[in-house]
Amino acid sequence: MEKFGKSTARLCLIGVAIAFLAMFLVLPLVSVFAEGLSKGIEAYGAAIIEPDALSAIRLTLLVAAISVPLNIVFGIAAAWAIAKFDFRGKSLLTTFIDLPFSVSPVVAGLIYVLLFGAHGWLGPWLRAHDIQIVFAVPGIVLATIFVTFPFVARELIPLMSEQGRDDEEAALSLGASGFQTFWHVTLPNIRWGLLYGVLLCNARAMGEFGAVSVVSGHLRGQTNTMPLHVEILYNEYNFAAAFAVASLLALLALVTLILKSIVEWRFDHRRGGAGH
Amino acid sequence: MTMKKAPIWCAAALSIALGLLAGCSGGGDKGNTVELLNVSYDPTRELYAAINPKFAAQWKAETGQTVKITMSHGGSGKQARAVIDGLDADVATLALAYDIDEIATRSDALTKPWQTRLANNSAPYTSTIVFLVRSGNPKGIRDWNDLVKPGVQVITPNPKTSGGARWNFLAAWAYGRKVYGSDAGAEEFVSKLLANVPVLDSGARGSTTTFVERGIGDVLLAWENEAFLAQKELGKGKFDIVAPSISILAEPPVAVLDGNTKRHGTTEVAEAYLKYLYTPEAQDIIGRNYYRPNNPEAAAKYAHAFPELKLVTIDDEFGGWQAAQKRFFADGGVFDKIFAKTRR
Repeated sequence: MEKFGKSTARLCLIGVAIAFLAMFLVLPLVSVFAEGLSKGIEAYGAAIIEPDALSAIRLTLLVAAISVPLNIVFGIAAAWAIAKFDFRGKSLLTTFIDLPFSVSPVVAGLIYVLLFGAHGWLGPWLRAHDIQIVFAVPGIVLATIFVTFPFVARELIPLMSEQGRDDEEAALSLGASGFQTFWHVTLPNIRWGLLYGVLLCNARAMGEFGAVSVVSGHLRGQTNTMPLHVEILYNEYNFAAAFAVASLLALLALVTLILKSIVEWRFDHRRGGAGH
Repeated sequence: MTMKKAPIWCAAALSIALGLLAGCSGGGDKGNTVELLNVSYDPTRELYAAINPKFAAQWKAETGQTVKITMSHGGSGKQARAVIDGLDADVATLALAYDIDEIATRSDALTKPWQTRLANNSAPYTSTIVFLVRSGNPKGIRDWNDLVKPGVQVITPNPKTSGGARWNFLAAWAYGRKVYGSDAGAEEFVSKLLANVPVLDSGARGSTTTFVERGIGDVLLAWENEAFLAQKELGKGKFDIVAPSISILAEPPVAVLDGNTKRHGTTEVAEAYLKYLYTPEAQDIIGRNYYRPNNPEAAAKYAHAFPELKLVTIDDEFGGWQAAQKRFFADGGVFDKIFAKTRR
């Protein structure tokens, strides 16, 4: 009897979870694709190869291609410093790394307008030298770097702290240089965690809307990323096209998720195996 | 290699990234092409999509030069703010004169006086505010006083960011003052109206989507052009236009941002672009897109499409945009006061 009760409860819980997932994740996702394909596969293709859409896709990829590598460098450097060294202000640095998570994306965008806008601190100087930061690609890249900054560092800090510094100290005492130590000891130890952080960072870089919207200026074919392009198409009553581009973004997210699961699996596998 | 060399790697990565940045922001050789950036308000998307290629063709025929026009759309106030903050536009085509005044006052993008540079107060067309209701008008909305009835949901954007919303607000105020005979009466009327607004979008197009696509609300206070677009092209037979007894004459102005065009070397083509808006060809496109043309021939051709309305003007009724903006929409103004009261 008791067993039966338990399994009913379990079934109920699983059922609730599945129903919830279906309602809030699967259904909207399916509807994005259904709406995107509502005018046929040709319209879907046309919406994606339309010049403004292509430029939005190019810009999104460019932004990710710049911000993700930079955040890998910053993230590893920060995580390394925090996990392997003791210094004053360490907890302050950790707090700063978390800052982009706690700040609203709109504020993240506005700080760049305040800094680099025509009436911002650096605005007059930039204008005198004819350098455009906000309402242009550099502003979008900066805002994206800001909002994606914590992903790599946050992923690596616990991992690197847990691993301790024994391996590095051993390598150094055996005569390896700092760089050799990093390349042959530290990096292999963190590679799955790093990859995981990079995937998350990339997903956010491609999908960011709020911060980018503030600094973009919404110039078609120039400063519209894919999420912004979706909004424009939607506002122009071009619903099929809007959902076609949105589905492309959703596909990117799905690919990221699949890669993430693979990485997670390898990660666990390796950590489990490391005990032997 | 020692530990100390690590910063060099960081520096190398950084400089590559900055190089990439510079590469994509710098334009390179443009040849015989000139670029214009038109910063416009929300509902003109279809209008300029129709006008820009025609102007480009004419400019090409006259000068041999290819002109590439980039558009940016959003709530009128928000767009003015972006230009002030450094959005490097060549022309501003906004919903009301005050927003272009702001650009001239708060930045070096535009010199004063600007509104006398083109005919009709620099407004190539006019428009007004009408009601869009659901087919068959189930709530029986005929005039402004029907909007304050309990249970009627009114959709209008936020006057803080949207130009259309400011015209909506002032049209309602003009009605209230006429019917109740005083500013106090007008304020009470507008307060009741705002209490019936469930969503304030930031631009006119956002409000139209809220009403048309999301199906929220019983009546949309809309630009006439936006109402016709929704009625004729989005949901045939799904919406009716209701012309109230009184409304406001909206004159959306245009201006060459001479401070910016001098830097870009685009003054000539930007001026030609705005003058083109006044040509018979452009006026016809304007009429076709449900704006009221200035040109008498185009106006006559499309007159049958527009409802006849008693229209008050911003100058007669409110003493011009500067005064109206200060009194109603500045921080701590009448709108803020009413809004705080209705949301309590």
